[in-house]
Amino acid sequence: MIRSEILREIAPILHDHLVVCNIGLPSQEMHLIDDNARNFYMLGTMGLSSSIGLGLALSQPKTVISIDGDGSVLTNLGTLPTIANNVADNYILLIIDNGSYGSTGDQPTYAGKKTKLEAVASACGCENVVTCKDVDTGKALQVAIDSKQMTIIVSKCDSGNIKLPVITMDPVVIRDRFMKAVSA
Amino acid sequence: MNIDKKITDDLVANGVSFVTTVPCKQLAGVIEEIDERDEIFHIPSNKEDEGMGLCAGAFMGGKRPAIIMQNTAIGVTINTLATLIQYYRMPLPMLISYRGELREPVACQVEMAVHTKALLAQMNVPTYHFHHQSDVEEFDAILKYTFMCNKPVAILTDANFWGGYGDQ
Repeated sequence: MIRSEILREIAPILHDHLVVCNIGLPSQEMHLIDDNARNFYMLGTMGLSSSIGLGLALSQPKTVISIDGDGSVLTNLGTLPTIANNVADNYILLIIDNGSYGSTGDQPTYAGKKTKLEAVASACGCENVVTCKDVDTGKALQVAIDSKQMTIIVSKCDSGNIKLPVITMDPVVIRDRFMKAVSA
Repeated sequence: MNIDKKITDDLVANGVSFVTTVPCKQLAGVIEEIDERDEIFHIPSNKEDEGMGLCAGAFMGGKRPAIIMQNTAIGVTINTLATLIQYYRMPLPMLISYRGELREPVACQVEMAVHTKALLAQMNVPTYHFHHQSDVEEFDAILKYTFMCNKPVAILTDANFWGGYGDQ
């Protein structure tokens, strides 16, 4: 499966929760598949999906799922020790690991070579690190939500993209709509 | 006057309850003071752009955030300031240790100091420079201004303000 297929499959699970969508195609795909007020779309700032999600989870009680990519986690690798040492049990980091920089043309990442992000996360002190196959992402996500324990999921999938439009929503509208959903 | 305590008191009085830090020797006292306050959740970050991501999330979660960092971090955070904090119009007080100014002992720090105000001006970031201890009296008003206008605001604090680098 490629990322967009995984997102389409897990969209019903994500639907009721606060979701921070990574820059580029992941945000565009979530916007296409299931646009709703609980989605926060990143229009820029590669690497910070996990940090925004953690800050949000630490600041209010609702479940927060950050959808990240292997390339973005590598960009902001310092996020993993911060997550490990500031446990928020309403926080799930879902790393869609396709071993490539999908939004920029599928250039290979080091996560697709020798570097294992699940091992990095564990070494950083993250306690619940789950590695799953693409087809099992929904199951792993539901288990993580139900466990009410902070979880890092690394979903291994194929590289590849679908063609889809950019998000034209104004960032302040995205943020305002999202904040109303957070406080609802 | 204890400026570490005054700064922390003003943060608490303005409802700032989520503070991320990347340390600087000049900021050690205020970081220690923040750690002692139950009203503030202190989350150290490994890099300042990561810290701004945490602050963005905290703001959307209903908290008032702040970041404490060195001016060298301006070089790290330009993209995050433009495409996250400013683009989504979020408030962010940035208490910045202004290294490389008068009474600075480390020559390399001057190399970023000479760019600091120009970069902040280029970014249209409202910028205040604390040089004398009495300048801290404006901190409360700066915090109120920041959360009024929903912008990142820089408070540059130099070695003279802190009583000389490492002389505290």
